[in-house]
Amino acid sequence: MSAQLKPALSEKDHIRGSKKPQLTIVEYGDFQCPYCGDAEPIVEEIMDQFGEAIAFSFRNFPLKDVHEFAFDAAIAAEAASQQGKYWEMHDLLFANQSRLDRDSLLNMAEKIGLDLQRFKNAVQDEKLTEKIESDFESGARSGVNGTPTFFVNGARFDGGAADLYALIKENTGLG
Amino acid sequence: MILQKDTKAPDFQLLNPDGKPVALKDYYQKKNVILIFYPADWSPVCGDEIALFSEMKSIFDKEEAVLLGISVDSFFCHKAFTDDRKVHFQLLADFEPKGDVAKKYGVYNDQAGYDSRALFLIDKQGQIAWSFLSPDEINPGADGVLDALEKLKS
Repeated sequence: MSAQLKPALSEKDHIRGSKKPQLTIVEYGDFQCPYCGDAEPIVEEIMDQFGEAIAFSFRNFPLKDVHEFAFDAAIAAEAASQQGKYWEMHDLLFANQSRLDRDSLLNMAEKIGLDLQRFKNAVQDEKLTEKIESDFESGARSGVNGTPTFFVNGARFDGGAADLYALIKENTGLG
Repeated sequence: MILQKDTKAPDFQLLNPDGKPVALKDYYQKKNVILIFYPADWSPVCGDEIALFSEMKSIFDKEEAVLLGISVDSFFCHKAFTDDRKVHFQLLADFEPKGDVAKKYGVYNDQAGYDSRALFLIDKQGQIAWSFLSPDEINPGADGVLDALEKLKS
């Protein structure tokens, strides 16, 4: 039996792509993880090609002990979300994986046009820490076994982004 | 054959990364014990089972469960691996006789010469409450053992 996504997607999640999807993809990832970074262009390709049929969501699974900036980066994305710019920050973090120290995060916030004072206040907010920990625990309970781990329509997909792309291409008939 | 649910868990005593003996019976009537048998230290980080379970330790703490990793690596190797990866639970050396504990639990890979990838949940009474054998190349994740811990409560 393959591992199942718990809890299911809800309005608490960051979701992009189709509002009425034929397929949902959830990625558990870590902004500092090189494998997640490698997966990102493929995920973007999937969304460019099939975004009308797919809803994509990202949940935080920072491996704090091996990636020292992963948790702060996740906080930055959640803080950007409060100003409606989650995906802008998400994309910028992956594009700058090798520079995720606090100054760099502030620069990114500025670059995407966030109100910096609001951003600085938000990163101190314990609710964001709780959100990330809750994402992490949901990942553990869903059977996340490395980063990135993808769930397709709620079932764990035991393959990487390229396998996912191939699967979608075969099954949509759009490729 | 991997030992199944409702079997008494064989006791063992192995060395931890500091070279001190750790026995299963140390936890009798105190904690649930999760045994994580795995092939070897030093697999790639992002998908490494030990690194993942270590990051999840706080979740297991809440469930009154102790994590113990077991492989055929020596305690010196476990020490280096623990320090390098900041592992937050004890790794035990199934080193001499090699794979002896894994054999008792039915999860030794004779051909490869290492412990297979397997998980056991042992309750506070020393009974196996759940077990799972995973292919060596697939990190099983924690969902199965967390579900089994939930069932212990009911």
